[in-house]
Amino acid sequence: MSKIDWSKYAPLIALIVLVAISAMASEHFLAARNISNVLRQVSYTGIIALGMTFVIIAGGIDLSVGSMLALVGVLTVMILNAVGEGWFAVVLAIGAAIALGALFGLINGAIVTKGRVAAFIATLATMSIFRSLTLYISDAGEIVSTNQKYPDVGGGYFLSVPNPVWVFLSLAIIFHILLNHTAFGRHVCAIGSNATVSAYSAIKVKTIYLITFVITGATVGISAVMLSSRLNSVSPGDAGLFYELDVIAAVVIGGTSLAGGKGTIWGTVIGVIILGIINNMLNLLGVSAYLQGTVKGLVILVAVLAQYKQTR
Amino acid sequence: MKGVLKVITMSIILMMVPLTGMAADKYKIGVSVPSADHGWTAGLLWWAKKATDELAAKDSQLEFFVVAASSGTKQVGDVEDLMIKGINALVILPHNPATLQKVIEEAYAEGIYTVVVDRELANPAQDVFIAGDNPGLGRVGAEWLAKEMGDKGNIVVLEGMQIPINKQRVDAFNEVISKHSGINILDSQPADWSTQKALSVMENFLQKHKKIDAVWCQDDDMLKGVMQAIKESGRTDIKTVLGGAGSKDIIKMVIDGDPVVRATVTYSPSMIASGIALAVAGVKDETLGNLYHKPTRLILGAELVTKENAKDYYYPDSAY
Repeated sequence: MSKIDWSKYAPLIALIVLVAISAMASEHFLAARNISNVLRQVSYTGIIALGMTFVIIAGGIDLSVGSMLALVGVLTVMILNAVGEGWFAVVLAIGAAIALGALFGLINGAIVTKGRVAAFIATLATMSIFRSLTLYISDAGEIVSTNQKYPDVGGGYFLSVPNPVWVFLSLAIIFHILLNHTAFGRHVCAIGSNATVSAYSAIKVKTIYLITFVITGATVGISAVMLSSRLNSVSPGDAGLFYELDVIAAVVIGGTSLAGGKGTIWGTVIGVIILGIINNMLNLLGVSAYLQGTVKGLVILVAVLAQYKQTR
Repeated sequence: MKGVLKVITMSIILMMVPLTGMAADKYKIGVSVPSADHGWTAGLLWWAKKATDELAAKDSQLEFFVVAASSGTKQVGDVEDLMIKGINALVILPHNPATLQKVIEEAYAEGIYTVVVDRELANPAQDVFIAGDNPGLGRVGAEWLAKEMGDKGNIVVLEGMQIPINKQRVDAFNEVISKHSGINILDSQPADWSTQKALSVMENFLQKHKKIDAVWCQDDDMLKGVMQAIKESGRTDIKTVLGGAGSKDIIKMVIDGDPVVRATVTYSPSMIASGIALAVAGVKDETLGNLYHKPTRLILGAELVTKENAKDYYYPDSAY
């Protein structure tokens, strides 16, 4: 172990540096409540980023996740309100959310694999369709949940850690195992690095590719539950807006190559947290609201450049 | 592996750098607004900065934090971050009330003096609510238009974003117009308070309707798009165009005696500045000026701005 592949650790180093700078710059940063806030704020995009990691490693992309979140969110709260009070309704709504997310993911995947449309274009189209259906179904009005138990799902705590954070971290562990220790995970990497060779090796390229979209859809469903229950409502024009950009940025900062073939779940987790800390820091430091986008963009560039410099 | 360990130890040392805690006795006031997605919200941020700068210069006990969020969900995070800073008061213009409901309730429950501006929560959780008069904006506009049109003719309407305040405005407008049987509303479509959208919606209206006497577009940003569409079409049948909110460019047109744009109705983004002033009075437990009340609900009237009084509403430095 004399030679360390530094590029592998670039995201981790970036995170450590960022935490150190933040801790020095603001007395509030390391407060337990702030840390738990940051983690909760990032968990919604974080959960989706875990699924997106599979799609990107397999050589695809999914631009529709933000709009899909709004659509699943609106439908879920509508189902919840229709079923009524109590935990049964909540469980049913959560199940419906994951199923709907997976279904929309399946639609994306089917267009890409059966229809042979490039993932960028296919999901660009469904992004527009999902958002527009959301606005149509809800008449562009905010949908508020009437179930008294629902807010406890995303707004509650377990061992003083917010529930969405538990979900995010548990999913990260499950997906890490799925990616690194199963045949499916190896196949995802294989089709991302060379689809033709994978096909000759008897890997079902299309099926594997399709499943990555279904997984991403399911994570969108979970995220929709966490977000809509935390806020006890869904705003059709606003929920998930630009999530696709934050999600893709997090995956890329985490060291997953947009060209496909390689990437890690823990890298994505770090990428997600880095983005969250940047937002949080700029607010705590009182940086002009107009300049925050510039700072965020620069940090993304620096993080990504650092990785590519190392590999060359 | 050694290198990684080194990095980790370094970071632990860095994290243990003693937290410099120096908390002077200051009143901390957080201001959370939507970021500038159209002219009015740009004006909002400008007024928030103006008020915080002026108030902080006057009173060294006051410390302000102004944050702007591009979406309702992001604004929830902004409010959480402000609470971490230990604010004593929160002035918030919620992106969309239902999304922000929970987090504002949390702030209010913690004893933070809460001022909600412009967009009302379904379940009130605030010390003071301050807003413009949305039904009034529709009513005053409708009454002025009916008078200018001599009680007859065709109107097209451009609506704002599909949120409750738009509905309040349009409903009040329609109610007044329905009392004038000679006036027809030909069409009413949303253009989201955006200049660009208003341009294309108005282009469609001009294609669809051969005779239009007046346009009501509720917002001065949209009015710019409407004027551009009319200019490009070369149509001369449109005699009156009424926007609203009172942007500096449109008030300037009123002052300069534009033949078509002769009025606007106020709905000023400066309401955030007064909201901040209310929060300052609230945290210090003072009354405003010589008022005998501590008001919990303030509605700023919708004033008709015409050539006679336009100068009083003209702020050439403002962002809106």
